[in-house]
Amino acid sequence: MRRFLAHPSLMVGLCGALAFLLLGLTSLVWTPFPIDQIDIGRRFLGPSAEHWLGTDNLGRDMASLVMAGTWTSFLVAAIAVFIGMGIGVPLGLAAVIWGGAVEWLVLRLSDFIFAFPAVIVAILITTLAGPGSINAIVAIGIFNIPVFARVARGGALSIAKLDFVAAARLTGLGNAMIAWRHLLPNIMSLLIVQGTIQMSLGILSEAGLSYIALGTQAPDTSLGLMLREAQGMFLVHPWLTLVPGSAIVLIVMALNLAGDGLRDAIDPRLRQSRSNVLA
Amino acid sequence: MSLLDVSNLSVRFGPLEVVSGVAFSVGRSERFGIVGESGSGKTVTALAIAGLLPEGATATGTINLDGQPLPRQEHEMARLRGRRIGMVFQEPMTALNPLMRVGRQINEVIQLNSREATPLPAVEGLLAEVGLAPEHAARYPHQLSGGQRQRVMIAIALAGQPDLLIADEPTSALDLITQAKVLDLIADICERRQMALLFISHDLKAVARLCSRVAVMHAGKLVESGTTGAVFASPRQNYTRKLVAASRFAPRSQQRSGKGTPLLDVAEVTRDYRQGGFLMWDGRPLRAVDTVQFTIAEGECLALVGPSGCGKTTLAKIVVGLDRATSGFMRLRGVTYHGSDLPQELRRDLSLVFQDPFGSFNPRLTIKDSLGEPLRLEPHLPPEGRHARVVEVVEAVGLGQAMLDRYPHEFSGGQRQRLAIARALVTRPRLLVLDEPVSALDVSVRGEVLALLARLQAQFGLTYLIISHDLDMVAAMADRVLVMEAGRIVEEGQPEQIFAAPQHPMTRALVGARLPDLEASA
Repeated sequence: MRRFLAHPSLMVGLCGALAFLLLGLTSLVWTPFPIDQIDIGRRFLGPSAEHWLGTDNLGRDMASLVMAGTWTSFLVAAIAVFIGMGIGVPLGLAAVIWGGAVEWLVLRLSDFIFAFPAVIVAILITTLAGPGSINAIVAIGIFNIPVFARVARGGALSIAKLDFVAAARLTGLGNAMIAWRHLLPNIMSLLIVQGTIQMSLGILSEAGLSYIALGTQAPDTSLGLMLREAQGMFLVHPWLTLVPGSAIVLIVMALNLAGDGLRDAIDPRLRQSRSNVLA
Repeated sequence: MSLLDVSNLSVRFGPLEVVSGVAFSVGRSERFGIVGESGSGKTVTALAIAGLLPEGATATGTINLDGQPLPRQEHEMARLRGRRIGMVFQEPMTALNPLMRVGRQINEVIQLNSREATPLPAVEGLLAEVGLAPEHAARYPHQLSGGQRQRVMIAIALAGQPDLLIADEPTSALDLITQAKVLDLIADICERRQMALLFISHDLKAVARLCSRVAVMHAGKLVESGTTGAVFASPRQNYTRKLVAASRFAPRSQQRSGKGTPLLDVAEVTRDYRQGGFLMWDGRPLRAVDTVQFTIAEGECLALVGPSGCGKTTLAKIVVGLDRATSGFMRLRGVTYHGSDLPQELRRDLSLVFQDPFGSFNPRLTIKDSLGEPLRLEPHLPPEGRHARVVEVVEAVGLGQAMLDRYPHEFSGGQRQRLAIARALVTRPRLLVLDEPVSALDVSVRGEVLALLARLQAQFGLTYLIISHDLDMVAAMADRVLVMEAGRIVEEGQPEQIFAAPQHPMTRALVGARLPDLEASA
């Protein structure tokens, strides 16, 4: 724990990300106003005691929209990270432990997926199944798979050469069990760091997909969708764009700080180099 | 006046003092050795003298070179390092730039240290001085052998024509024969150039071979110093006495009588590796093990010796079932196998102790889980039986039950090697394959681990196959020795007979490279 406290950027990032997450979670049970309550009479209000961040062109409460939008963004990004880890990490570990043809196949597959950015995948899915936040999740999730496959493979490659893996083989342990018992726990810290970074990328991607109308659809909301709705009035009412825009910037910055801080705090190589000096 | 004067040198990393109050001096053209175990602060002392301490370290005390204190500015210190102090590091592969031809790397140092008054040394001259041919200048580091790379490092250190050469474990990454050659080379060069040498090593014999005066370091302090003969022949401090005693292996007391029944037969085992993947038809396969044939009898201790890269580790992997023989087979208790097809029921009769005690345990598992892992080979054992087995082996290697819930990083290298032996014993195997079981350990714990192995052999009636390049250890442990070169077994016999009258040129080279015992040099 002291190790984490020693990294101020990590603490700032984690606190920021957690604060936004809490804000989003709160929106599930309570928002200042219902987000689908349209009241043209009170539209374009500035920030006030009643409407903390003002109201938009349909008279909806901006603070409520930001809260609900933050939740959508986190949810989409988190499920996408989960999909990426769930498929990518086993693929990467399989590549290391079986090697040969399996490794070739995994690497070519991840090259193939890398060739399609999330937007292209999302357009493909939308033409097939129509727009919606599920499609955004699938598209970002597919984009995450090769990232986690590569990180898992890179981390496990160096560990698979160590003697304890050979010792496990000597006891007749199968490949899958070695991957589960000996490789996975030792690359967990790498995966956590990568997961944090993919979270922030996922939130950006979700905002991007919603902005081009391939993600979340009204009456639900997301930060990207808010930007899309506000873009036509940017010159007249810049405030409507600034609020969701700065929310995205703050969340992504917090997650990136947390990811970089985690990397510094748990990177085994950094710690090792220090102890080598004493030898 | 002495060339180098170190007085009251202390180095701290934050609150941790790794070197405290060290004082010694090195005269002109004197060869001075510092011995100590890992963590004793000997490398940090050398780095402090060269002004190369890592960030976060603070040094106090005075270091005088030729009566002048070392400059504080990095720029002047860099000039001094080039011209007055040459350094040779432990691992020549990482100390050389992998993307530069070695000739250019040597030339770079020559250019940086050019002085108006003295003529520049030529790259060819330096290469010849360290025993390399002029055409080696055009090679990249990976195209040279370990010994050749270390020679290049020495050439670079000599390029500035220094008065003092600091050599930090220059031979510990090399095999026995190369080590002897490099030590001779360093001795020759110091003699010829009248250059002072500060030689840092954990190997008492290497220091005794090379240095006229020696200092012993322990836990950051200088324990004892004096002429090499006096310190090693009649050590005054307890720690030095322990160190000197540990560097000698007591010859085994009893000779086991007669041969037991054969336990393992190795019949014409060959292992080929395909080379250079891309063009399959291009190049013939690399033969790592070449029609090797031998038998190990029940209760015997057989040693396999040879230079690095001779195929001894590959052979061990095939025997224990980690790799597969290309042709030939092994027979264990009447069952024939070829390597990785070793049947599950037989796996518990064989086990392997690895060389590196730091890589042989999963850092995320408790010792109890790691030790218990091989017990899955005995599915009939009830849970309480498993626990009893783990406790039994951990006590057999001289450690307590209380240590079972700890994690590997809480143990020292020697303790980990004991635990690795315990893990190998937990299935009550018949044959234990030991791959360089003590070469990664400090001198003072080597003796303990070897005594433990000898005791366990008597206690459990074990059969050992020891793989090593350390002839002294082999002489102390083995009943029979096989000498291996380039995948083939070239000589076989009792240790006394082989070391007294080696027949094959490789055996002669190995025996010749053996450093003399401390008594002899005293």
